[in-house]
Amino acid sequence: MRKLTVKQIAYGVMAMVCLICFPLAVSSTLVLHIMILFFMFAMLGVAWNIMGGYAGMFSFGQVAFFGIGAYTSSFLLMAYHVNPWIGLVAGGVAAALVGVGIGYPCSNLRGHYFAIATIAFGEIVRTHFNNWKLVGAAEGLSLPMLDEGLGNFMFHSSKVPYYYIILAFLLLSLTVSYLVSTSKTGYYFRAIKESHDVAKVLGINVVRYRLLAVMISAFLTAMAGTFYAQYVLYIDPESVMLLAVSVQIVLISMLGGAGSVMGPVIGAGILIPVSELTRIWLGYRGTGIDMLIYGFLITLISVYQPKGVWGLFSRLGSRG
Amino acid sequence: MKNAACLELRGVTKHFGGLYANDNIDFIVQEGEIVSIIGPNGAGKSTLFDCITGFYPANAGQVFFFGKEITRLRADAICKMGIARTFQVVQVISDMTVLENVTTGALLRFVEVGRAKGKAEEVLAFTGLLSKKDFLGTELTIADKKRLEVSMALATQPKLLMLDESMAGLTPVELQAMMGLIKSIRASGITLVVVEHVMQAVMEISDRVIVLSSGKKIMEGPPKDVVTNKEVIEAYLGKKYHAVTQ
Repeated sequence: MRKLTVKQIAYGVMAMVCLICFPLAVSSTLVLHIMILFFMFAMLGVAWNIMGGYAGMFSFGQVAFFGIGAYTSSFLLMAYHVNPWIGLVAGGVAAALVGVGIGYPCSNLRGHYFAIATIAFGEIVRTHFNNWKLVGAAEGLSLPMLDEGLGNFMFHSSKVPYYYIILAFLLLSLTVSYLVSTSKTGYYFRAIKESHDVAKVLGINVVRYRLLAVMISAFLTAMAGTFYAQYVLYIDPESVMLLAVSVQIVLISMLGGAGSVMGPVIGAGILIPVSELTRIWLGYRGTGIDMLIYGFLITLISVYQPKGVWGLFSRLGSRG
Repeated sequence: MKNAACLELRGVTKHFGGLYANDNIDFIVQEGEIVSIIGPNGAGKSTLFDCITGFYPANAGQVFFFGKEITRLRADAICKMGIARTFQVVQVISDMTVLENVTTGALLRFVEVGRAKGKAEEVLAFTGLLSKKDFLGTELTIADKKRLEVSMALATQPKLLMLDESMAGLTPVELQAMMGLIKSIRASGITLVVVEHVMQAVMEISDRVIVLSSGKKIMEGPPKDVVTNKEVIEAYLGKKYHAVTQ
């Protein structure tokens, strides 16, 4: 992973300025909602990418971390009136610890076997929450209404504050992802992705670095979970722990370009509007249309551009 | 522990079920030596490498590195102590450039990527791959890939380098170049243990040769003695080769 060029930084700053000004120009709630989902899924993709894209650990269980984040902050708020920002950190820590707990016994699993284990993990967590009376079981949790404000992480009159918060979260995730990719850890993740034997022979403690990847990814994913809970104010296992969402996170990253810092953002930028708009416009005909378009896009990408849309960009970029 | 041998094996045994890949192997490698391990296919050479470097723990016996026991250590811990190795089937990181591959190895001794890159360039200059540093690992010829794998191992700054068939499948010119590299690695103060089938190379570079057959050590000595030993010839070289060397 190369250091950023001046040109890339300039583009980045321009994009940021546009995104910061965006809510001033557009007041449509629908558009804002789609943008918020776009940022959130981009963040989830970036978090997945640190595990899946860099270290080659294809997780299909990201919703478990997402759900743990959402449930931890929501439960702490309801039961102990803990401020959601503290709940956010607690959720991140809880998800990271659970990640280590499940990651350690899976240390020797690679490729498909690891993917299968993560599917099982996500489903176990969902089933557990579905039956766990303390956190509302299948009925879920309805968050109490607090006074509007940044301190309470709750806004009732406008979506704009949520827009800025999730944008900041996304930026934080991208910064973490970039720092990881350019550091020793990033090199070690890529060696582990290639082969555990290569990594070991270069003196890399494979287990430790794999767990580190899981912890970073789980923490960021749980942050997004807390955000979602504060945004929607109602969570239940069927909305925050669905396998389909895990799959969507993987698709976003793969479509955009797994292993690159910006890939998941591009993937989310394509898939989330497609998904939301097809659902709104075509949803009444049955829920399948958006998934059909998904499937078509994924097929196109995997056949013609296995490195994702970002791979296409960087190829065109290096040609020009 | 100044007088301890670089590498010492005592009764190393590794079996897979009833099959003894290594049966009670003893030998000593002194610092600064080049020792070759030869033997027919299936003699247990690569398994022995795996036992020494922690990829498979030995079922019995002990391995010492400069007097410290390393028998049960993890592969990465052994690497950190100063034993690097290559594989019979070349292993490089395919989506990294040559420089990045070697940098990954150098990062064992550095925290900062920039400084590890500096070390990696030094190593590449030494192994003669510096002009190809921006190629992807997969774009190299087999000879260069083997050279890259050696560079990655060297970048971890080992005291002992173990090469598993680094000269198989090379053209005569490439073979000469690889032998030159191995000699200059030794000249830089690194001890070498090599598994090799190419007898021309074994004869030229080795101080001592250890012969394995069916998991047992059948002979050990200077290369000249080994190739004229009757038992070795029968087990490995065959009578035809005997006739040639006579």
